[in-house]
Amino acid sequence: MPPARTDTAASAAASTWAGRWDRLHGFGPVVGLVLLCIAGTLLNSEFATVDNAMNVLTRTAFIGIIAVGMCFVIISGGIDLSVGSMAALIAGSVILVMNGAAPRGWPPMAIVALGMGVALVLGAAFGLAHGLLITRGRIEPFIVTLGTLGIFRACLTYFADGGAITLDNALADAYSPVYYASLLGMPVPVWIFAAVAAAGGVILNRTAYGRYVQAIGSNEQVARYAAVNVDRVKTSTYVLLGVCVGTATLLYVPRLGSASPTTGLLWELEAIAAVIVGGTALRGGAGSIAGTVVGAVLLSVISNILNLTNIISVYLNAAVQGLVIIVVAFMQRRRP
Amino acid sequence: MTPLRSRLLSLALAFTAFGVQAQQSDKVNLGVAIPAATHAFTAGIVFWANQAKKDLEKAHPNLKVTVKTAGGAPEQANQLQDLLSATKIDTLVIFPFESAALTKPVAQAKAKGVYVTVVDRGLTDTSAQDAYVSGDNTAFGRIPAEYLAKALNGKGNIVALRGIPTTIDNERMNAFTEVMKKYPEIKILDAKHGNWNRDDAFKVMQDYLTRFKQIDAVWAADDDMAVGVLKAIEQAKRKDIKIVFGGAGMKQMVKTLMDGSNPLIKANVSYSPKFMYDAIKLTAEARLKNEKLPPSTIIPSVLITKENAKQYYFPDSPF
Repeated sequence: MPPARTDTAASAAASTWAGRWDRLHGFGPVVGLVLLCIAGTLLNSEFATVDNAMNVLTRTAFIGIIAVGMCFVIISGGIDLSVGSMAALIAGSVILVMNGAAPRGWPPMAIVALGMGVALVLGAAFGLAHGLLITRGRIEPFIVTLGTLGIFRACLTYFADGGAITLDNALADAYSPVYYASLLGMPVPVWIFAAVAAAGGVILNRTAYGRYVQAIGSNEQVARYAAVNVDRVKTSTYVLLGVCVGTATLLYVPRLGSASPTTGLLWELEAIAAVIVGGTALRGGAGSIAGTVVGAVLLSVISNILNLTNIISVYLNAAVQGLVIIVVAFMQRRRP
Repeated sequence: MTPLRSRLLSLALAFTAFGVQAQQSDKVNLGVAIPAATHAFTAGIVFWANQAKKDLEKAHPNLKVTVKTAGGAPEQANQLQDLLSATKIDTLVIFPFESAALTKPVAQAKAKGVYVTVVDRGLTDTSAQDAYVSGDNTAFGRIPAEYLAKALNGKGNIVALRGIPTTIDNERMNAFTEVMKKYPEIKILDAKHGNWNRDDAFKVMQDYLTRFKQIDAVWAADDDMAVGVLKAIEQAKRKDIKIVFGGAGMKQMVKTLMDGSNPLIKANVSYSPKFMYDAIKLTAEARLKNEKLPPSTIIPSVLITKENAKQYYFPDSPF
């Protein structure tokens, strides 16, 4: 699944050796993933089972869905450091709302639907706040989201009284199929992840909006002169990301039925790493959803392999992950 | 209480007590420096510190307790300076955010004549403290090992989950494996880091379940991790696991134990953040009597079972 590339230089020069090498760069994450999978199968035969693949894809769904939204923000030249805290706060708020609705005697499915609605609305609202602060408030995205990173997590810690917010048992039972059920042999989160990724790919590559996002990332002034409503497009990328975070939270809450101050810790870095490993430039302008998906899966596969094997000291797990990220980024680096 | 009011109050107390119990009129200004509530356990620490302030200030009118929570080692060092210069404490109870980073600042406080009790995470130089109060990490590893060995009749497969790589995690793990050496027919299949976190524990357990076809018991080494472990077992619909042993006596787990609502949860081991309360109480009461604490006090970790669970259930605490 080659990431869609916008630069035409590569195809023009495809006949030359340099051009072929150039094209190969786009396959960096795919090559990396295939190599990792071969290594995983050699190290433990259980790695290649369907069950294990589904486990890995299901747990990738959270970061993957967030990474799809993050991909838009990064392509437009922005960044969002708050997604982990945002997911945690949304998860906590959703649980509080659902627990609050429980004594009213509504059918559990209605309460679950209410919770899902709250998650999406909150995500969109937080994203909108980010977008407006960045465009209208003229504050760097890095600063805005660094600020809200602290605010979101502090609010969650306050709501949780420092402990954990736990979903009412009856509701947890009604909600759990959203994470644990399967459809045609594939777990629900994987379906949702696939749907979000497909939608993201279509929006980025096949719509005017997607082209505006890429144009703003590559040169904001030029896009402005080309009559692109830069502020609105930029704001909408943050709203899109917020909705993605809300969607990821929908899947997260039924997994363990609780939110605590450690929920979503460092998810922002995992999502950003997935986007960058997938071939999107941190400076913006161009990127690919397919690459992002491969990047997210790759990150999960590394920790899965480390859990399935015993070859290196457990203290070095993070080092292996860091090394693979750097190697894959090297394989798909662009020429200056 | 404003400084002026407290000063007047202590003056008044000094007059009433004058000549009768000169010793008791000594005022103790105690500062408490602890990590902020970033996860359930530290939330418990904060809860018990505030509880101690409430109870002890009520019981001893000439005691003042100031509680400061810090989000990191540098912040805690700054707070320490504020406690010394602005609050003018004469006694300090500190749960150091990091052992090495806080050693110098605490040593400076002690050099200024402040009585120092260090809780749980020790300093790298023990001469910087007057007393040390901690939970029993060795027992935290030993008690589950002994329980599991007995419950499995000395035979079976165990997987373990570890916390964040730290010295106390090593201490617990070593104590656990030390006991298991006596049972050659018990195999510890693997021990990976779940980082005292539900999500990580869930993933690690999922992968254990993929990797090992027969697991008899899980030492989850923490109740938060046990929650993730239970979910992973439930999802995989595995019936081979007989026991999941958590630890630290989180209130939801103690409740599960009391109600007998999960057949996998049969016992727990206490490592309650309540030792923060005990440390402040011991220090304050000793200082009010102008006495010293023993150099080291270990708050024992005890096996919690259905029978004694009630004593370890604190529904008001966040942990």
